[in-house]
Amino acid sequence: MDALDKKILNRTQRGIPISEQPFTDIAKELDCTEEQVINKLQNMLEDGLLSRFGPMYDAASLGGAFTLAAMQVPEERFEQVTEIVNAFSQVAHNYKRQHRLNMWFVVACESQQEIQSVIKEIEQKSSLSVYDFPKEEEFYVGLYLPV
Amino acid sequence: MLDSTYQSRERKKAPLTAIEREFILLTQNGLPIVSKPYHLLAEKLNMSVNDVLAMSEDLLERGVIRRIAAVPNHYRAGYTFNGMTVWDVQDDEVKNYGALIGRLPFVSHCYQRPRCLPDWNYNLFAMIHGKNAEQISEYRTQIKELLKDVLQTGKHNTNDMLTSSKILKKTGLRLQAKKE
Repeated sequence: MDALDKKILNRTQRGIPISEQPFTDIAKELDCTEEQVINKLQNMLEDGLLSRFGPMYDAASLGGAFTLAAMQVPEERFEQVTEIVNAFSQVAHNYKRQHRLNMWFVVACESQQEIQSVIKEIEQKSSLSVYDFPKEEEFYVGLYLPV
Repeated sequence: MLDSTYQSRERKKAPLTAIEREFILLTQNGLPIVSKPYHLLAEKLNMSVNDVLAMSEDLLERGVIRRIAAVPNHYRAGYTFNGMTVWDVQDDEVKNYGALIGRLPFVSHCYQRPRCLPDWNYNLFAMIHGKNAEQISEYRTQIKELLKDVLQTGKHNTNDMLTSSKILKKTGLRLQAKKE
């Protein structure tokens, strides 16, 4: 990455304007050409330096219900329980974390009822308790990773 | 120290219109990186460019679109460490201080979630990212300093940090094409 790549990446992480020619707006701010902004963004995307470029949608606004759930899984059963949990298509993300509650996953469903039934099914199949931590308030979602 | 009180963002939970759904389906994998991206979308949606721009603004205002931006690959950008910090904040302070913590540049997600007593006494979750273990430890200390007056006191720990040791599953959340 050269200096201009870094400037473009840092600037566009913060959100680009909605306008007919947004890359011209960015180019003016960074004192370069629209063509440079477009080429460099395309290259960064192709190269995998960007995982995506475009509108970030709030999943909840698209309809549906979400929760963060956690379990305390005995180490000797970890693989087996991972299989049980991951088999649910409604489980979007699942992470092993270093804590007594060592499995944390996001459940994404069409409705609250479906969330409750997925949780119940996981409890039945694993014979373990599932802790349910639905969001009560969202303060921020986003991330700025300066390069 | 709090420079603004937390204001609940009253988000219009209006259901998506058919054309908004089409717009989302077209753009959830990305915005075309071309000189006039909205002209391209207008053609595909059979709408005027001005209407597409206005619809985009409206989705942004309603919070359906959080922002239109580049998302760097964390690992490629050198951010290989993350921690889920969790805090036991006094109930009547959690909204003000949640907003404050959410504004820190190294916090990617910040939520109030219910406690699950007696096993889990934390009600504020803040995900932090850094380039090494020292950095995330330093970020955690910064949050602790900001929260020092409002953490619960008692027999429980007031905070913890859960680092991930393995990704077990990761799939994107996508709007599905309309089921009729």
